[in-house]
Amino acid sequence: MDGGLNMAADKLMSEAEVEEYLRKSLANRVSQTMYREILNEVLKTWRKHGLYIDELRAIVDEVVKRYEGSIVEPGEPVGTVAAQSIGEPSTQMTLRTFHYAGVKEFNVTLGLPRLIEIVDARKKPSTPYMEIHLVEEYSSSEDKAREVQRAIETTTVENVIKKLDIDPFTGVTIVLDREMMSDKGVAINDVSKALEKLKLGEILADEAKSTISIIPKGLIDFSKLEKVRRSILSLRIKGVKGIRKVIIQRRTVQRESGEIEEYVLIAEGSNLEDVMSVEGVDYRRVFTNNIREVEEILGIEAARNAIIREIVSVLEDQGLDVDIRHVMLVADVMTWSGSVKQIGRHGVAGEKSSVLAKSAFEMTVQKLVEAALGGEVDSLPGVAENVIVGQIIPVGTGMVELYIKPGLREERDESSQ
Amino acid sequence: MLRSKSRKVNILEHEWVPKHEVLSPEEAAEVLKELSVKPIQLPWIKASDPMVRAIGARVGDIIKIYRKSHTAGETIVYRYVVIDVE
Repeated sequence: MDGGLNMAADKLMSEAEVEEYLRKSLANRVSQTMYREILNEVLKTWRKHGLYIDELRAIVDEVVKRYEGSIVEPGEPVGTVAAQSIGEPSTQMTLRTFHYAGVKEFNVTLGLPRLIEIVDARKKPSTPYMEIHLVEEYSSSEDKAREVQRAIETTTVENVIKKLDIDPFTGVTIVLDREMMSDKGVAINDVSKALEKLKLGEILADEAKSTISIIPKGLIDFSKLEKVRRSILSLRIKGVKGIRKVIIQRRTVQRESGEIEEYVLIAEGSNLEDVMSVEGVDYRRVFTNNIREVEEILGIEAARNAIIREIVSVLEDQGLDVDIRHVMLVADVMTWSGSVKQIGRHGVAGEKSSVLAKSAFEMTVQKLVEAALGGEVDSLPGVAENVIVGQIIPVGTGMVELYIKPGLREERDESSQ
Repeated sequence: MLRSKSRKVNILEHEWVPKHEVLSPEEAAEVLKELSVKPIQLPWIKASDPMVRAIGARVGDIIKIYRKSHTAGETIVYRYVVIDVE
């Protein structure tokens, strides 16, 4: 820049001009989201202070430099890096199966045991729980939220009775606890209706005395008394199967309209499908820590999101700072095949294809003998086997191979003559 | 009882479910060419996956997924619909 006049000519005159320049120089080099973000930032600055074309060029160059610097280079062993990045901090996690939760009513497995559980892709977590958000009408009022809570929480006969007598001759007498019934929102009809399912005999409900008697068809077998008692006590009157206890949590959330209070349900136990169809529940925001269930109901992509969320929350909870990209890689690898696969001692649910790599781990002789008998071929695809035979390992620059297309060479020879 | 069987639950709207889209054969060919891969080299999705059924994809289709990414805002990935073996 030598004079004021030239500078004025270099100044970007309109928003359209800024956008045009950015689009030309940046749009095809970085991701769409990033482009949009940078465009917004640049426009903001332009409105405030104006921009010279040189300045904008400098911004673009810096952005591109940083962006390209953050991209993984071909051949980089991202898996190994991810394994170490997650593995090292996790040595500092609680090793005990330690139970703690944000809510004192619940026990939730955290720390290393939980991390192992996720990566192992267990069928069911040891402490399944759900976070259930409600639709607006219900989430804003405690009474409405309680309604949903009652509909979801499992109420058994045991929860609402004072006394249960079983007499082999006269049958079963149940004395109900009115207070508990109103607390759980259960009517005497609900109890007798539920009891019908057991097919014990004729059911007589006395509303005034709040008792229910069951008169059996014949004698109740003495040896089955205890069994009958237990089956009555554990009989589900209402609620979603698999959900034991539900508590209401009050949260303050940020919305556009400012801070608002919101009631959220936390449930012990998990049943995604049934809870989603309960009225008052916002099925878009029902979450569970049971990854297999997410896979089954919402699909593999949702399961991937669940894995990321679960691992990140474990790490965050322990105060460990691990870049989310490593976690995303783990989730990607686990869901690669279309179903959630565990990452075990042998890698991702998979056998290594190389005989030498397999024998480097356990039972060396057996594996080699088996491979020899089976006439297996080792094409040395991985790292371990190449270390064994003393070749360059296929990592980083070692991945580059040279191929010659003979046809192409002839062509060139001809044309040079 | 509050529970009603008639209540419609649309899993496509769930917060954890990204947008899935079936590619037409032409689009699929273009994608494969751009990535220079065979379909089998893409990540898979089972034909029995709830999302595959929800959008009506078939075995052999390629599904375009608009993931919400923590690092890049939105990323696009592809999955190849396979017969489930289990």
